[in-house]
Amino acid sequence: MKVGLFIPCYINQLYPQVGIATIELLEKLNVEVVYPSQQTCCGQPMANSGYEYESVGAYNNFVNNFKDFDYIVTPSGSCAYHVKKHYDIIPQTEEVVAVRKNVYELCDFILNVLKRKDLGAAFPYKVGVHKSCHGLRGLRLGSCSEVVEEKYSYIEELLNEVKGTEIMPLKRADECCGFGGTFAVTEEAVSVKMGKDKIKDHLESGVEVITATDTSCLMHLEGLVNRNNQPLKVLHIAEILNSNISSKN
Amino acid sequence: MSHPNLASIFNKDEKRVDWHDKALWFVRHKRDRSVHNVKGWESLRELGHGIKAHTLSNIDNYLIQFEVNALNNGVQVHWAANAEEHNQIVHKILKKNNAKKVVKSKSMLTEECHLNPYLEADGIEVIDTDLGERIVQLAKEPPSHVVLPAIHKDRHQVDELFQEHLGTEPCDGDPQYLTAEARKHLREKFIQADVAITGVNFAVAETGGFVVCTNEGNADMGAHLAPVHIACMGVEKIIPKQEHLGVFLRLLARSATGQPITTYSSHFKKPRKGAKMHIVIVDNGRSEQLSRPDFRASLHCIRCGACMNTCPIYRRSGGHSYDYTIPGPIGSILSPGKDLKKYSTLPFASTLCGSCSDVCPVKIDIHSQLYKWRQIITKNTPQPFIKKKSMKVMGQIFAKPSQFEKIGKVARWSLRNLPKSFINSKPNAWGKARDLPKGPKQSFDDWHKQREDNKLKNK
Ligand code: SF4
Repeated sequence: MKVGLFIPCYINQLYPQVGIATIELLEKLNVEVVYPSQQTCCGQPMANSGYEYESVGAYNNFVNNFKDFDYIVTPSGSCAYHVKKHYDIIPQTEEVVAVRKNVYELCDFILNVLKRKDLGAAFPYKVGVHKSCHGLRGLRLGSCSEVVEEKYSYIEELLNEVKGTEIMPLKRADECCGFGGTFAVTEEAVSVKMGKDKIKDHLESGVEVITATDTSCLMHLEGLVNRNNQPLKVLHIAEILNSNISSKN
Repeated sequence: MSHPNLASIFNKDEKRVDWHDKALWFVRHKRDRSVHNVKGWESLRELGHGIKAHTLSNIDNYLIQFEVNALNNGVQVHWAANAEEHNQIVHKILKKNNAKKVVKSKSMLTEECHLNPYLEADGIEVIDTDLGERIVQLAKEPPSHVVLPAIHKDRHQVDELFQEHLGTEPCDGDPQYLTAEARKHLREKFIQADVAITGVNFAVAETGGFVVCTNEGNADMGAHLAPVHIACMGVEKIIPKQEHLGVFLRLLARSATGQPITTYSSHFKKPRKGAKMHIVIVDNGRSEQLSRPDFRASLHCIRCGACMNTCPIYRRSGGHSYDYTIPGPIGSILSPGKDLKKYSTLPFASTLCGSCSDVCPVKIDIHSQLYKWRQIITKNTPQPFIKKKSMKVMGQIFAKPSQFEKIGKVARWSLRNLPKSFINSKPNAWGKARDLPKGPKQSFDDWHKQREDNKLKNK
């Protein structure tokens, strides 16, 4: 099995620890991971801002880097979703079709391709799961509260096996955090309010660590937590699944 | 004003935002509880979607069938290409009947056509009889929601409005007293009315009949008391068969308020003896929207308001921030078709979270349409130079790995070394309320390269 790792641009530059945790975790699970060094970005920032045509170069670069892999794994539901849903504006060559089909969000890949659940992690904290929208309603990494369907959640299935972790219930389990790419800046007031409300829900539930499949949402939430000195830590799910902390401090 | 501007004004009063958000979330939650009890809810949505798609593809035939049947039932049918024509037709009917006083039940179409000011200019009194609509009418405001038109007003504001306009006693916003007073006031208007105008929720091609849904019975009260009933409908209200009501009435009530059925689902078919009934069928841009393959599904909408209740942005910016007759997610995909430039910020008033599409009872792919409008807007309306340029530059950087690495280094260095006050200063909207991440020394690329080098060395 040839697995290519895609590390989103902002993780690469701003949150390298998330990429490191992802690669270490996959290697622990005996996956041989290749990191194509010429990769950049999936093109989402421009496309969601209405400049899809400016992202064609990024799309082609992505396909060139990943066309030779059986699976493309990324610690970002949002990027995986973008490749799957929006790479329809470039010619649908065999390579493009294959790349779109084979791209997986990390938890999805571990659970549904590797068929692994207990990853041997230990993380003795109260964790609040932020269900990032593109993963949830785009990739269907879990059931959402709007749809009448059986309840499931890939990220929680994996977290449930982590020793010491307690998943805390939220009042609004799957409301958006308000990041939304350039929305965070163009609609600053609403974006910030949404983030504040999200954090309040976690705090009121006694959460110590917020986690998600997407660093983009977490960057927004962390920005608010840090600015307001709130007693919360923010970690990507890869960092938790790659942890081996047997007891609190 | 643009959506971000109006939204940030709304957000100046955080308590009000909280209250507005909670009120609507409550309705969304009621909807959840109600639909999760319906076996086959998702098939029902699928069916609703299918019937609407089929109907839109054959809309000409169904409308003609409807007209024939309505005429046979003794109803007079009128066609209006646009708002202006619609208003003229209604006005003419009123004139012919010497009508001075009109009661109107909720109709987003007449809002869209600005019927009230048109009639009022000729000295005709138009009273909105839906309680919420009456409240916003007294406040001289447009509705802020399609089902809950006065949801942006709290009971104390209503108390004040009623004191001023209806002469009520101060009551500390006692809802019971206020509704009782409103009822008294409206009863009087119902009795005096020369003509009743209603909207139409569903028009049935096979029978020529139509259905109006209200929770207050105000459509019936108006139509049964006045000698003339005018029902105004957009062309997309047509459904082929009576039996399809079994799908749509179930979807509508639960999605709108969580009720199993709307309190009054009134079926109208023919005028009663001595009375007259008119139907005005209005296009007003709908066939144009129908001609846009990417956006035609927006005409499936049954105006349940669920996409508003679920939208985290709508709940925190209020219906008026959209500055369009139909606010919220559905308004944001309808309005650009009307005036691309004026409504150019609406498709961007979304995180593309997709909740609207999942909640919509007729499965409109609302968030995908928002994305598509964005692509059209940036090409066809003037965009800030800086935005255009930065997108181009970003596109070039991401297309070339070597450039990407250089730029990344500079960005990380800046985040680490520039003072916080500079990074979070004015032009940076991110930093007003949020910290930026601390730029790490090493990117993932650097770390990975180092690791690969070490591996080689240790071989
Ligand atoms: S778009 Fe769908 S959810 Fe929104 S008002 Fe229309 S029918 Fe209801």
